[in-house]
Amino acid sequence: MTSLIKSITHIFEKDESHVHLEIKAQPYWNPYLTGIGLGLVLLAAYVIMGRGLGASGAVSTVVAVGVNTIAPEHSSGNQFYTEYLGDGKTNPLKDWLVFEVLGVIAGGFLSGTLAHRVKKGIDKGPRVSNRTRLIYAFIGGGLMGFGAKLARGCTSGQALSGGAILNLGSWAFMMMIFAGGYAAAYFMRRQWL
Amino acid sequence: MNAPFFKFGLFSSDVSLIIAFVIGIGFGFMLERGGFGSAKILAAQFYFSNMRVLKVMFSAIVTAMIGIYFLSVIGFMDLSLIYVSNTYIIPQVLGGLILGVGFVIGGYCPGTSMVAFSTGKIDGFVYVLGLFAGIFVFGEMFPLFTNFYYSTDMGSVTIPSFLGLSYGLVVFLVILMAIGAFAAAEWSEKKFADRNPEKNL
Repeated sequence: MTSLIKSITHIFEKDESHVHLEIKAQPYWNPYLTGIGLGLVLLAAYVIMGRGLGASGAVSTVVAVGVNTIAPEHSSGNQFYTEYLGDGKTNPLKDWLVFEVLGVIAGGFLSGTLAHRVKKGIDKGPRVSNRTRLIYAFIGGGLMGFGAKLARGCTSGQALSGGAILNLGSWAFMMMIFAGGYAAAYFMRRQWL
Repeated sequence: MNAPFFKFGLFSSDVSLIIAFVIGIGFGFMLERGGFGSAKILAAQFYFSNMRVLKVMFSAIVTAMIGIYFLSVIGFMDLSLIYVSNTYIIPQVLGGLILGVGFVIGGYCPGTSMVAFSTGKIDGFVYVLGLFAGIFVFGEMFPLFTNFYYSTDMGSVTIPSFLGLSYGLVVFLVILMAIGAFAAAEWSEKKFADRNPEKNL
């Protein structure tokens, strides 16, 4: 009983005196088995829908809808936005990738909760400040949003999904992700090591 | 020949949105289980100390690739109904490079940032904001480089059709390549074990 009260009070003063009674996060799954599981999810998407997974496309739809809400005349003259806005007969947010990404958010939360890994925090190496890390996160997200549109997909939609159906452009793209990452890693070492 | 089910009109597009959500849950669940809600683990791929990105990604590709090939060989799935998007080689190579650089700077990719955000990572949330900004900038600049965007169009082309090899042979070669990559990944993780972030979580 006292330990119960202790743990309840600890929840409220988590920021000051953490760790002690917090349930330890479970280890991650074996990467190969996780990969097979992810591959089966991807296979299911192909068998059921005839299409692969994605992520950046959903963000593009939301951006296009946002621009269209604020400046409809501006967006209607831009082919990039109109492609995501559709013919105007159906709501562009009723989109396969938008719902899939909502599922990704839910699925990540579910897995994290079951493994006691949901925890507010900033993930970074020991030698970098929170502020710098967040600036880098924003810049990195910006670059990847831009790059994914140029490549017509990101790691999910292009590399993973296109890779499984042996799409030539997807494989070239995937190799370049690794090339770009390894080329830039030296300059970013302070953030991670 | 029954699959892909949706292409055979087995259910409406409204139902497909529910399926999208369910498949998304599976996707997000696996990403989180694999350790992809953590930027430190993702970034460690580029410092050779934790190779989960390569291992998960290649085993997923191999699994789905074998499944698709097998289902088409036994006549269950019509491969011609699966849309192979066009290859625009130069924009895609450049896009890939930008993504790789962005990966090391930001610590996530678009899909994994959603998982990081949903498991409480503030940097994951900020990354998602960056993603919106980057796509918005792309959209605004699009009229300036529309020609480049559509340049070097090779059409809908797969590795087997490009190399003139049979689909099955390429499947086999990709499996061999993946096994080689896994062996290299295991070796590299041993060599750089002292800085593997997974060991000090």
